[in-house]
Amino acid sequence: MDRATVDERIRAILDEFNKKGVEIADATTFAGDMEFDSLTVMDFVAAIEDEFDIIISMNQQAEIETYGQLVDAVTSMVSE
Amino acid sequence: MSEAVMQADRPEAQEGGAKDLLSKFDDVIALRQNLLASGAEDPFSLVMEKVLSPTRAICNGRDTILLGTYNYMGMTFDPDVIAAGQAAMADFGAGTTGSRVLNGTFRDHRDVEAALREFYGMDHAMVFSTGYQANLGIISTLAGKGDYIVLDIDSHASIWDGCAMGNAEVVPFKHNDIEAMEKRLKRIPEGAGKLVVLEGVYSMLGDVAPLAEMVKVAKANGAMVLVDEAHSMGFIGEHGRGVAEEQGVLDEVDFIIGTFSKSVGTVGGFCVSNHPKFEIMRLVCRPYVFTAALPPAVMASSATSIRKLMHGGEKRAHLWENSRRLHAGLTALGFTLGTDEPQSAIIAVVMPDLERGAAMWSALLTEGLYVNLARPPATPAGMTLLRCSLCAEHSSEQVETILGMFERAGKAVGII
Repeated sequence: MDRATVDERIRAILDEFNKKGVEIADATTFAGDMEFDSLTVMDFVAAIEDEFDIIISMNQQAEIETYGQLVDAVTSMVSE
Repeated sequence: MSEAVMQADRPEAQEGGAKDLLSKFDDVIALRQNLLASGAEDPFSLVMEKVLSPTRAICNGRDTILLGTYNYMGMTFDPDVIAAGQAAMADFGAGTTGSRVLNGTFRDHRDVEAALREFYGMDHAMVFSTGYQANLGIISTLAGKGDYIVLDIDSHASIWDGCAMGNAEVVPFKHNDIEAMEKRLKRIPEGAGKLVVLEGVYSMLGDVAPLAEMVKVAKANGAMVLVDEAHSMGFIGEHGRGVAEEQGVLDEVDFIIGTFSKSVGTVGGFCVSNHPKFEIMRLVCRPYVFTAALPPAVMASSATSIRKLMHGGEKRAHLWENSRRLHAGLTALGFTLGTDEPQSAIIAVVMPDLERGAAMWSALLTEGLYVNLARPPATPAGMTLLRCSLCAEHSSEQVETILGMFERAGKAVGII
């Protein structure tokens, strides 16, 4: 799966969590720009995991701060 | 004491330009300041000046019914438990001054481990200095680099800290969601070690896990299973062994974690297991090795208490009766509770927000009732809770008195 496809599918999921209508770019941060709290993070991560049938462990989540980093990480996971 | 935490607006840069490392807590300091400014008594610095019984104490100068102590079976004042501790202190001294693996294993440390093996009918028992250390030590030692820990998102802090201390991949799933757990287990790469961590009773809402299904799913997916039964020991299950016993899956659980600071009425933590290699944990588990062993008096009191709990059928029945009476009474008064039916000895009353929760807590204390005020991040879904934990020594009349206190305080604060 290429990065553009992953981007498109994550964007569709993120829409449901983007209550404030924040404009999404690669540099958009989940904690800062989108104001995700820990509960939202859990639900969002679970939705991504189910969409791509992958695991994003807490250890990996700690390395992901921005939207672009998430797309990169998922793209790399699904191509493994 | 309280003046020291009233300086939220202290400038970040101190003299000489050094960054104040404590300034990261300014939000918490401000939150606390606001709470106290509202006139509430400080919920986090209550002092028990005198303890009269397992259910009554003089708190902040008032005669108070204790409804938030986890003293489920009321063993703290059991005459046999006290006598055993007194004798051990006289014979073995006040403390051990050493690690369990060096000079800190006395006769009674061995005896309390024997009592645990009898209580659970298991081959091995290992006693830690607290329940927190038992989870910290066992989880961080079992699951290493390349292994996966799959755990409930509402797990206790000691479980999370055990995960953080090890090097395993940590994968949480939605609270009590069997399907979410199974999906994650199935996605773990082949060949990786897997540890599923569950609790019997979740202490915030007092709800019970569907262990029968979860343990079976975990086993079917090749995982080892650890269950924390801190809040169920002594009164859930036919022999008081906990939720895993009640749901018929105790034999399939690899490690049971528990504590002495609840039903047993002392302090300490433990892990029991039938795993044939379990004893090696004593040499490789750092929170077991690098800390002092508990005092002999605590061990002797604990051993006596555990053996008495094996025959606590009548007390158990009364504790359940108390739990049902309080749950039904609070529901009838119009309070929102954490569970639709009483599932344990914990009844959680859901507060609309922290301010009214603190006001309600304070009003109850003025009435002469102590409950736990629990707030985020300890609570799930950002809830503020007044947690009531019942004791087998609460009389039925005391429970009625408690309901009267809740009614008056709830109306005064405007919650019901």
